Amino acid sequence: MAVYEVTFPITDEAEILKLRAGDEVVVQGHIIGIRDRTQIRIFDQGVEPPMDLKGAFLLHTAPGVRKLDQGDARGAGSQEPQASPAVPSEMTGRPAANINPAISTSKYEPVCIGTTTSARMVRFTEPLGTQYGVRAICGKGGFPDVAIEPMQRLGMVYFAIVGGAAALETTQIEEIEEVAWEELMPECLWKFRVKDFGPLTVGIDAHGNSLYHDVQTAATKKLEELFARL
Amino acid sequence: MSVVAVDMRQTVEDAAAHLYVWALKDIPQDLRDALFAAADRETSIPGKRVLDTIVKNVQVADDNGNLVCQDTGIAVYTCRVGEHFPLHPTKIYEALKAGTERATLEHPLRSNAVHTITRENTGPNTGYRLPIVHWEFIADWDGLDVKCVPKGSGSENMSFLKMCVPADGVKGIKEFVLSSIVDAGGKPCPPGIVGVGIGGSADYAMYLAKEAIARPIGTRNADPHVAKLEEELYGLLNETGIGPMGLGGDVTVLNCHIEHADTHMTLNPVAVNYQCWAARRASVHIGADGSVDFDREA
Repeated sequence: MAVYEVTFPITDEAEILKLRAGDEVVVQGHIIGIRDRTQIRIFDQGVEPPMDLKGAFLLHTAPGVRKLDQGDARGAGSQEPQASPAVPSEMTGRPAANINPAISTSKYEPVCIGTTTSARMVRFTEPLGTQYGVRAICGKGGFPDVAIEPMQRLGMVYFAIVGGAAALETTQIEEIEEVAWEELMPECLWKFRVKDFGPLTVGIDAHGNSLYHDVQTAATKKLEELFARL
Repeated sequence: MSVVAVDMRQTVEDAAAHLYVWALKDIPQDLRDALFAAADRETSIPGKRVLDTIVKNVQVADDNGNLVCQDTGIAVYTCRVGEHFPLHPTKIYEALKAGTERATLEHPLRSNAVHTITRENTGPNTGYRLPIVHWEFIADWDGLDVKCVPKGSGSENMSFLKMCVPADGVKGIKEFVLSSIVDAGGKPCPPGIVGVGIGGSADYAMYLAKEAIARPIGTRNADPHVAKLEEELYGLLNETGIGPMGLGGDVTVLNCHIEHADTHMTLNPVAVNYQCWAARRASVHIGADGSVDFDREA
């Protein structure tokens, strides 16, 4: 089992294809927080996500955050929190791409950011890959076997994080750079800049291997043996 | 007397506000010991990675004064109310609700409470029939014990009930518990505490399973028949190989606790309620004189 460092969003598919189930991975760069209601809005209600998800790493999360007032945000040396979305970029100093009514102008800081159970959201795996080019999904508890085939076909991986280890995870999130669909709080679309995010375990790789499948198969067989002893 | 009652309501509210946050940040020593022991004995590489990360996370939560887990859960309280405690349970409930709201707003904590149909947020971890309070009334006593168990959804979603028939016997109970934990896999954040409720009725069995997960780890049921079953299931569950976070390994559960009730001759209910590794709980004892004694280990 190898140990890798991968930076997201990826531009080279080889970064995903080299990973094998069981490998340890630490992530750098930017990751996108997403959850049940966010994906229901994208796929069931047909609303285009206001962030680029190509090559992205998605994290199943609904973070605990604190909204900063203007003074706090200035102290943090970041965005102009009171700027109206209608204000031109040259006046706010923010990139033009952020002038999108779905992107919040508010600034948030992490309080406690952890990860939720992935299995509830497995049906979004294939469209995330085909429609938006997502390359990695990270959560806890794993995906059922139905995710194995699309992940292999689309060159995607599932990363297992340690569920509940949120105090540690929070220290690995350097900044909440962007929040979209603020009205879904806390199930918004979040853009986090991370440093040494992990350790993660490759739960499902892009080659048809799933640790979850292997563990379930062995456990089901073991149950027969245990039942015979009862 | 009314002045005393008002003060006591405030005392209970203040205690509840502290209790909820404290439970989320500072896990009990018996849980710490169980997690350290699990990390020591796990032999699978992903399993060991998970447990080492958990141990590190507990340390970071201590160092940074942060929550152990981001899921502030659904606030569940267990109250033992003495017959002579000078505040009526209706007021105790109001105080627990107010304390939950204050803790959520003042920290701030993530608010998880939603209307079950509309899914709209209903308030700062409160709502219609939230928080959930379990009551026990104690004769010839004037105190109040409150235990706060913030219950995460990842593990609560892994709750199972089967109405076994008497002919299924104890074997049926064992098979159902084992199958449930294998089916749950990594979803409830193993290794945790498997709470089992047996006997009573369908609803009471699940209530007992919830009582079981709130006990200090490794405590045993006073009934020797039940205690023997706890030991046996604990051993069998760790033979399944599900392992930490379902990635495979030696440690699938930290322990198995069972609570029981006598039942109808034709009933054999078994309920499973899972508590994740972040098995948070904290208690307070409040005296009739308003004295407050916090106890993380109860």
